[in-house]
Amino acid sequence: MPKTRIALPEAIDYLSILHEHGGVDPDLEPVIDGSLLLKLHRTMLLARRFDERLLSLQRQGRIGTFPPISGQEAAHLGAVADLRASDWVVPAFREMAADIWRGRPLESIIVYNNGFNEGIRIPADRNDMPISVPVGSQILHAVGIAWAMQYRGKDDVAMTFFGDGATSQGDFHEGLNFAGVFQLPVVFVCQNNQWAISIPRSKQTRSQTLAQKAIAYGIPGIQVDGNDILAVYAAAKEAVDRARAGGGPTLIECVTYRMAMHTTADDPKRYRSDAEVEEWRRKDPIPRFQSYLIAKGLLSEDAVKAEEAAVAAEIQAAVERAEEEMKGLGDPLLMFEHAYAEMPAYLKEQRADFIRFTAEAQKEEKHA
Amino acid sequence: MPKMTMVQALNLALRQEMEKDDSVIVLGEDVGVDGGVFRVTDGLIDAFGERRVVDTPLAESGIAGMSIGMAVYGLKPVCEMQFDGFSYYTMHQIEAHASRLRWRSQGRYHVPMVLRAPFGGGVRALEHHSESREVFWAHIPGLKMVIPSGPRNARALLVSAIRDPDPVIFYEPKAIYRAFREEVPEAEETYPIGRSQRVREGRDLTLISYGAMMRPTLEAAEELKQKHGVEADVIDLLTISPLDDSLLVESARKTGRVAVVHEAPRSFGPGAEVVARLVEKAFFHLEAPVARVTGYDVVIPLFNREKYYLPGVPRIVDAARKLLAA
Repeated sequence: MPKTRIALPEAIDYLSILHEHGGVDPDLEPVIDGSLLLKLHRTMLLARRFDERLLSLQRQGRIGTFPPISGQEAAHLGAVADLRASDWVVPAFREMAADIWRGRPLESIIVYNNGFNEGIRIPADRNDMPISVPVGSQILHAVGIAWAMQYRGKDDVAMTFFGDGATSQGDFHEGLNFAGVFQLPVVFVCQNNQWAISIPRSKQTRSQTLAQKAIAYGIPGIQVDGNDILAVYAAAKEAVDRARAGGGPTLIECVTYRMAMHTTADDPKRYRSDAEVEEWRRKDPIPRFQSYLIAKGLLSEDAVKAEEAAVAAEIQAAVERAEEEMKGLGDPLLMFEHAYAEMPAYLKEQRADFIRFTAEAQKEEKHA
Repeated sequence: MPKMTMVQALNLALRQEMEKDDSVIVLGEDVGVDGGVFRVTDGLIDAFGERRVVDTPLAESGIAGMSIGMAVYGLKPVCEMQFDGFSYYTMHQIEAHASRLRWRSQGRYHVPMVLRAPFGGGVRALEHHSESREVFWAHIPGLKMVIPSGPRNARALLVSAIRDPDPVIFYEPKAIYRAFREEVPEAEETYPIGRSQRVREGRDLTLISYGAMMRPTLEAAEELKQKHGVEADVIDLLTISPLDDSLLVESARKTGRVAVVHEAPRSFGPGAEVVARLVEKAFFHLEAPVARVTGYDVVIPLFNREKYYLPGVPRIVDAARKLLAA
């Protein structure tokens, strides 16, 4: 038998709609209602300024370690913008703008990042999962949720987020493979921010794109300009619509950049140049989107200033509410809760011993 | 009442729970068309179809992670690991997520999944098919670890595990999958998770075990009676975690002499926790140091030497006689 050639998809689409200075490709420009565009702008601005405020709170010791999102607002906000409330978002940990868009109060983010479990609680009217720290592991949960949606005959969709580093994890490959085999309504959104702490994208995989990993699993894959919210929105909408209609999963690679550190405990100067950061700063998703909105007549320089002031006031109010709320938190007995539906006998004993010890220690302290 | 093997009894539990509740989904490698390599899921695909009995790709972490998502959404997945030796791929999903999502979400979500796996020696198998690593799971807060010892309690415990709101690791002692039959009622039967059981009453010493080791433990108790006139209190743990120590403590206070038997390696094994609880709660009643009759701290040998590794009747009797002489 001769050696033959098996035809595979040879190319991956790359989608970019907004030019760096706000111009737009008219053939590709998605039809988005003006009020929705302004709401997206407001959320991007809010998330950016809040991220900056969190960084200063962290530097002042008023919150703990957290992973900044600056630069990636378009990549994750654009992806969730068209989701319904009944859809599920299964996040990693760098999707704050999407989290706010889906209803997360700012003060809960402060409370959580200051080490209080209460801050991570998802309100009853929201289905999304809490953040997942171990890289890539949450991808499979979205697959299971999508399986359950399909089993229950819902036309909802699960969307999960992860970074470029996660594409090296086994759970990423298992997740895409399972979703392909079962044709599940799930959208995999990779925020390729170029860096997994200090490891550049080029050392993560030999593949030319991350989107092409989809080919191996027999599902559609697309690479988009992740700093172009219109492109992310359009690609995500297409993927979500397809999933909703029973067309199965999609992998979207959003090419973006982590403008700040991995977490506040990281020093990026050890592994990347200021010149590289500067180059990406010119592609900042927010000014690009603002230029577009101004050119469209939806926004003006004055309106941007007014939005900045409004966002600053909103953040200040949230910081004040969070600091007030945290005065009432910290009951140590909460650590014994939520291990099981019912507390086992030995845990009740440990809890009782903690109460006894604390009371006696306080008595001794008073005595001294 | 029909007499059943453990395999048949587990099959009955799955079948009845699937009939009762369409949120119960069976998934794993070869569980569908093949009926599972040990046939525990035999015929379920014919009864419930491939939407509810799911042959998955070969990826244990994928199976566990997908089950977590299904459970968070409100289903009750019962996933199968073909052998416990391959279940460690799931350790990350189970430790990082299944056991913690109730806590992480402050009670908003929970993970009512069951992960079944055959474990332990005694079936002349290849490497990675004979280990007893129950403590890996038992050490994880938020997780439950259950091990039946016979067809009837296997059925009752599996039903309870499926209905349990928390994630349950359900280890099936494969050495006794088909070793004996018991009467298993057709009518529904459950057994509470987190409760041990006294299976023989005695006043002279206490033998504590679980899983496949219950048989040699009970045989040893009978031999102690027949040959030495000694009456042993025998307790079957059934749930390794959350460990119920009430019966253990009560029995130790009564007899003062205790041996714990398991095939898992000795150091940091389930026996270590049993000993610790007895030291904490029955120390002044103990007449002798608590004995541990266990696997040795080595990789379980391939099956030709397995009989030297696994605790058997002679080692249990030997330990009991030393306890009684103390």
